[in-house]
Parts: sequence; structure tokens; C-alpha cells
Amino acid sequence: MDAKVANDSGAAGSGENAKSMSIIVTKGSLDWAYPPFILATTAAAMGVDVTMFFTFYGLSLLLKKLDLQVTPLGNAAMKMPMMGMHIGMPNIMSMIPGVDAGATVMMKNLIKKKGVASIEELREAAVESDVNMVACQMTMDLFEYTTEDMIPGITVGGAATYMENALKADINLFI
Amino acid sequence: MADKVLDAKGLNCPLPILKTKKALKEVPSGGTLEVLATDPGSVADFAAFCRTTGNQMVEETQDGGVYRFIIKHTA
Repeated sequence: MDAKVANDSGAAGSGENAKSMSIIVTKGSLDWAYPPFILATTAAAMGVDVTMFFTFYGLSLLLKKLDLQVTPLGNAAMKMPMMGMHIGMPNIMSMIPGVDAGATVMMKNLIKKKGVASIEELREAAVESDVNMVACQMTMDLFEYTTEDMIPGITVGGAATYMENALKADINLFI
Repeated sequence: MADKVLDAKGLNCPLPILKTKKALKEVPSGGTLEVLATDPGSVADFAAFCRTTGNQMVEETQDGGVYRFIIKHTA
């Protein structure tokens, strides 16, 4: 797979001498989808060449139709503002069917109410700002996905593709 | 009077910055963009954005909960 061609989108500092960043995206839940997309889009806006490498559960963030969920299970720090308090949920309750769906609805409502971008919006912004999005070939084989299942404009590659980008990058993150 | 005004009120991080970057493309070099935001984090973020991209923060004011930035498109 070819390395990313330097973009000429007019980003400040973009081009041959631009700073660059790579992010390995390994998680595909609603809450974990935010850090990589926020950093990727903001970096691109600041003239940084960005490569995102989507592997394992992170791969689902490239699917055409996103269906992102959040679970309080195993997440002791997840407390939602409710009735003027911050309420968490014991693990045993999180295991009851429907609780994850309820928590997801609550989270999405909060996101909307607080003017936080949706993941769909951020992903669209990443595409628009020429963020180089690479789907992990091995994960696609493993979970039986094809490029037909993915949004257009992505490339497919493996660890060597990532390494080539990472070795040149100023910042490398694993999320 | 700025060449372009961007109303980013009610938007949270990182949307004001992303929209500013987009809006700056429509401002001629040397022109100014006025951004209105309500996100308190935008004060530090817009300063960092300008320092990193080389655009110039010309003016920064606050009125009630609304922050107003005038950015000169120099990069």
C-alpha cells in the first residue's frame, strides 16, 4: 500500500515539511471512538498529516453504518448526570438485557444536549480534511469484512504500512 | 469589521476549531475571521491553534458567556 500522498488541502504547514501523527485505533465503542477522532480532526485542522490505523474492534468505526454502543459493564468510573447527581451502575445491573441500550440512549442524548459532535460528524470531518484512514487487512479477514462494508476513501494495509507511517511521525498514539 | 463571522456558540470541543479551520479557507490572506464561542475551553484552544498554525490572534474579548476571537488569516 502506498504511503499517503502529501495533501494540498491548504492546511497550514501541510505538505512535505508538515508534522505528522499516527493513531492506532483499537476500540469501537461509542465512548472510545471519541479520543482518536477528536485528535485526528483537530490535528488535521492544525496542519498535521494524520494517519489512523483501525484494528480489531476499532475497525467497526469504518463501517458505512455506525451502530455505536456504550456499556457501564466493567467501567466503574462511568457515572451519568441524573437528577442533579452523578449516578453509576453496579456491574450486576449492567448485565441485565436492555441496560446497555438505555445507557447508550442516555449518552447520545447528553452528547446532543451539550453540543458535542457525533462520531458520524467527526468521521466526516476526518474524511474532508484528508486524514489517511487505514483498515487493518488481518482484522478484516478475521471478522469477515470487505471494503464494500467500509466507507469510501479508506486504504487497506497491515503492520508494515503502519510502521512506515509511524517511523516518520512526530506523534504516535495507541488508543 | 471582520471579513467573515463564524457563530460557534453552543458547540463543544473540537467543533469550534474544526469550523474555524474551514471558515478560514474562505477568508482571503490578510483578512480577518470573527469567531463567537461559548465553550470556556476555546480560550486556551484558539490561542494554541493560532500559535501552531501561524495565524494571528488579533483580538480576544468576552461578553457574558460569549467569547469573541478575531483571527487574522496569515498562514
